[in-house]
Amino acid sequence: MTTKPIILETTDLCVSYGRVEALHKINVRIREGEIVTVIGPNGAGKTTLLSSLMGLLPSRGKVAYQGETLGAGRTVEALVSRGLVLVPEKRELFGEMSVEDNLLLGAFARYRRGDRAYRETMDEVYGIFPRLRERRTQLAGTLSGGERQMLAMGRALMAKPKLLMLDEPSLGLAPLIIREIFRIVAHLRELGVSVLLVEQNARAALQVADYGYVLETGEVALENDSKVLADDPRVIESYLGLGGKH
Amino acid sequence: MDFQIHLLLIQDGVTNGAIYALLSLALVLVFAVTRVIFIPQGEFVAYGALTLAAIQAGKAPPTVWFLVALGAAAAGADIWQAVRESRGSRIPAILGINLGLPLALAGILQVAPLATLPLVVQVILTLLVVVPLGPMIYRLAYQPVAEATVLLLLIVSVAVHLALLGLGLFFFGAEGTRTPSFTDGSLSIGPATFQYQSLWIIGITVLLIVGLFAFFERTLYGKALRATAINRTGAKLMGISTDMAGKLSFALAALVGAFSGVLVSPVTTIYYDTGFLMGLKGFVGAIIGGLASYPIASLGAVMVGLLESYSSFWASAYKEVIVFTLIIPVLVWRSLTTHHVEEEEH
Repeated sequence: MTTKPIILETTDLCVSYGRVEALHKINVRIREGEIVTVIGPNGAGKTTLLSSLMGLLPSRGKVAYQGETLGAGRTVEALVSRGLVLVPEKRELFGEMSVEDNLLLGAFARYRRGDRAYRETMDEVYGIFPRLRERRTQLAGTLSGGERQMLAMGRALMAKPKLLMLDEPSLGLAPLIIREIFRIVAHLRELGVSVLLVEQNARAALQVADYGYVLETGEVALENDSKVLADDPRVIESYLGLGGKH
Repeated sequence: MDFQIHLLLIQDGVTNGAIYALLSLALVLVFAVTRVIFIPQGEFVAYGALTLAAIQAGKAPPTVWFLVALGAAAAGADIWQAVRESRGSRIPAILGINLGLPLALAGILQVAPLATLPLVVQVILTLLVVVPLGPMIYRLAYQPVAEATVLLLLIVSVAVHLALLGLGLFFFGAEGTRTPSFTDGSLSIGPATFQYQSLWIIGITVLLIVGLFAFFERTLYGKALRATAINRTGAKLMGISTDMAGKLSFALAALVGAFSGVLVSPVTTIYYDTGFLMGLKGFVGAIIGGLASYPIASLGAVMVGLLESYSSFWASAYKEVIVFTLIIPVLVWRSLTTHHVEEEEH
């Protein structure tokens, strides 16, 4: 197996809210074209991890993206231009704007640096999510839950991400839609997009991912290839058992 | 009261109302994007009018040195930030935009035969001096506290308003000025007579409103501003920087303010402090629109203009009282009909 270059790596990443340490010495690594998942219970620090990577929260420790250490003063805008894009748990769509306008705004960072090829990207996004093409002129606020998640992902893809970070994409969705969303996540790999997938739905996440981390109370409790993790008795008991979340 | 007087009052009211409508649009825009209640909006009217008056008198307007000074301060702040973020490569661009361009403009204003230039060029020079003040003021006064509460931003606005008012007195003195009409004379259609300047005001206002509408509906930067107003976090995650959105909305507000001053100064004598009252009347319109709706805000502003012209006919001494009293029933009506979203979110 050839080892692909690392796109993102954290070394001893710590995040504190005041005196409370939410993340303690996190080391995660994502290779190009890989899907890496971070699973774990509510409050384990999964969203905090994504927010700190995105520069939305101050952190200590080292974050290297595409081989370059990101400074503490990293701004979201700069990261988006460099292809690091987050789809947040709350989707954060522009509810009073049309689906197409939402997608267009996903390409804002590209537009700003003079890249005018976003219309083609929009066709690709419509290819991945035909539903969005049907709903093109509809206001984002009137979409169903599944369509909202599709729009949030489509909008992020408009930025031509190299690493797409998805925060709980299955949250609040019906099982059939969840299957559809994960099918698309798997498809992203073929498009050459690396994915960092944060999920409570451990079963679905481990099925689609190459590698997984289990985050518990702010620390990495376990990590391994996702196939191995899925067979690990501790994971089965805590996250995949019948009592686990679906 | 006969038909003629009605026509006159309506014409007067709609003309002033058009200006208030422009100001109310700027207020709604700035509030939606930055949550700033932009009290200094009116100062841009006065600065625009008085800068144009200075240029027409053949003098380099003192505001251009204010522009250079603010530019130097903004450059200082940006360079400090760039150094801290170890992005020193941006320093030449920062210096060029904030200091180079204002100095070049100051140079042009020193040597050009200002008084004899055509009106269009004089207006363009006025806008070049006054409009960049908007984003620079945002950079210096608001950007460092952009995440603060609406109340704190309001207090900053009061401070900026008082500072600009005092500087206005210093730059232009206490005397008022009136600039000549764009076109002298009036147009008679049947029994009605229209001042050309009123037609200019209404026409250009309509054009500006259409232009703003097209900007927000058709351009990606306009959509980015709307997106910031709708969902700040979502916009940020798409790489729409809050700083950029703030500066852009302040630039638009300054443009609208300065343009209003240029339009209105042939029909009203403008003093350094005249803008404040005009801004407040625009604010009444904006409040009628709930600081959120552009069409209702501009209709409300036209209503304010009409109310003002009728009350100056019937009860001249109470003109301002009547106009500002309008805000009370509007607030009562709004507090009864608006439901409070903030409370539901928590």
